[in-house]
Amino acid sequence: MSAPLLSIANVSKTFGAVVALENVSLDVGAGEFFALLGPSGCGKTTLMRCIAGFETPDAGAIILNGADLSGVPPFRRPVNMMFQSYALFPHIDVFENIAFGLRRQGETKVAINTRVDELLAMTQLSSYGHRRIGELSGGQKQRVALARALAPRPKMLLLDEPLGALDRKLREETQFQLKEIQRLTQTSFVIVTHDQDEALALADRIAVMRAGRVEQVAGPMEIYDRPATRFVAGFVGETNFIEGRLARNAGAALITEFGPIPCDPGDVPDGARATLSMRPERIGVAQGGEGIVGFVENFVFRGETTLLRVRVAENVVLRAAAGHGERHAIGDAVRLRFPSDAGALLAEEK
Amino acid sequence: MSAAAAWARAATLVAGFVFLYAPIVVLAVMSFNASRLVSVWGGFSTKWYAALLQNAQLLHSAKISLAAALASAAIATVLGLLAAVALARFGGFRSRLLFFGAVHAPLVLPEVVLGLALLTCFVALGVGRGFVTLVIGHVTLTMCFMTVALLAALRDCDPTLEEAAMDLGATPPEAFARVALPQLAPAIVTAFLLAFTLSLDDLVIASFATGPGATTLPMRIYSQVRLGVSPQINAISTLLLALVAVSLGLAALVSYWRTGRNLRVPKTASHSPDKAP
Repeated sequence: MSAPLLSIANVSKTFGAVVALENVSLDVGAGEFFALLGPSGCGKTTLMRCIAGFETPDAGAIILNGADLSGVPPFRRPVNMMFQSYALFPHIDVFENIAFGLRRQGETKVAINTRVDELLAMTQLSSYGHRRIGELSGGQKQRVALARALAPRPKMLLLDEPLGALDRKLREETQFQLKEIQRLTQTSFVIVTHDQDEALALADRIAVMRAGRVEQVAGPMEIYDRPATRFVAGFVGETNFIEGRLARNAGAALITEFGPIPCDPGDVPDGARATLSMRPERIGVAQGGEGIVGFVENFVFRGETTLLRVRVAENVVLRAAAGHGERHAIGDAVRLRFPSDAGALLAEEK
Repeated sequence: MSAAAAWARAATLVAGFVFLYAPIVVLAVMSFNASRLVSVWGGFSTKWYAALLQNAQLLHSAKISLAAALASAAIATVLGLLAAVALARFGGFRSRLLFFGAVHAPLVLPEVVLGLALLTCFVALGVGRGFVTLVIGHVTLTMCFMTVALLAALRDCDPTLEEAAMDLGATPPEAFARVALPQLAPAIVTAFLLAFTLSLDDLVIASFATGPGATTLPMRIYSQVRLGVSPQINAISTLLLALVAVSLGLAALVSYWRTGRNLRVPKTASHSPDKAP
């Protein structure tokens, strides 16, 4: 990645006694789809509002395109935001909503008409220019909000929970649209979301945040397969936390109370206590053969997989996903196999 | 519903209206009474209205009242809007609570006390009483009503809309003017008309705050009634009533038009940007 478009360095922000951001540093590249993922209250929205200029960081710098943004008011930042509530102007029609930013830039009438028509077409709203905001459905409002924020050709688009208000089916459809629009416009998108599926589906890179700190910044696959902390492993996707002690001799393995589990040792020292994060679908389930013995306690049919709860020791129950068509009954003995690259080993947190 | 219940409901409604409006109807009817005596119906006549046009004193007072009502309503609306913006948008600035209380106090302050305070103040400062002091007095009285009404309207108006406008390149004053103000417009018109009627029919404050040469219509009517009710007074009161009714009707119409416009079912929307407002 060449020089990043947006560079956030050591940004901190407190509201009274509440620490919203603590020493956050991030880079976002040009044309990148970046996600800030975390539970509510983790500071992701505060960080976005700092980028947009609605909050002033207590410390640190936000640099866009080489220019320090501190002290620059929101109306002079080449960054636009799509608000969670959409914040569409109810007293003017769809066309004027989208044209609002262009009119502030003093564009000519012809240029405004061309640009708005282009955006109406891009968001499939071509016949809605004259509608009032109150006459639109939720999905249409979402598209108007997106078109309005994109209209002034911002260097970066900030999206605050853009799909939060849509129902499930529409959300999936809109995810594809959003990705397509991002690809077409070549604009950097920074999306704030608490929905891990959304972040995994949309983003090129994800920053997982917790209590004002960035836990991990990586691509979706790495976040999923190689979570850096226990929090990331637990927040993104389903997982099993298997506790044990690492033995590095003869092919590293985590020694647990129900047997050794092969794993990639990383930089965890020999003999140290560690936790292995193991996704349910990475555990192989078989009726016989090699592997750790367990008993099916319960199962939930999930469509493509069946999620089993398998008791492998007195007080350890693992979740494992059996493939489509495999049938298991409660009480069945099964063998669980753990590929050595399947889990992510996490050192004991200090 | 049984017939008896329906009858009882209708009767209750009629009784309520009679209780509220019978005196006003009697006043209006009597203004068309040809006879001088309130107790005797002498046939329909508009002669008292004609006589009114000859009564220079009453007409002068009416002009004073209208001018004072317009001026004070305009000033009170602007000040009320500023106060409401400060209370709704400036966060918890120091002395906010004091300001909030101070703005609302005249709502419950006895008018006589307010009037006396104004009079004392004008005398102490050596300000000659007249039209200007009358307007000042009425602004003091009506501004708190404006602030309350506009504060409520401003609270319904989502501040993220203004943030969105600023995000799109509007300066804060521009964002307020282009996004918040259009949404507040009906409330501002309603508030203005309310201030107008409050000032128009005020007697107490006016009695204290005004001076010779600037006698308001309510003051004139009140002083003449003490000398005996002339049917001319009925006529001017009926006109006053009509004026107030028209302003309140306008206010209702404005808010009706506003909601009606937002709920209007669209024609099949065809896109032609040139017609965009």
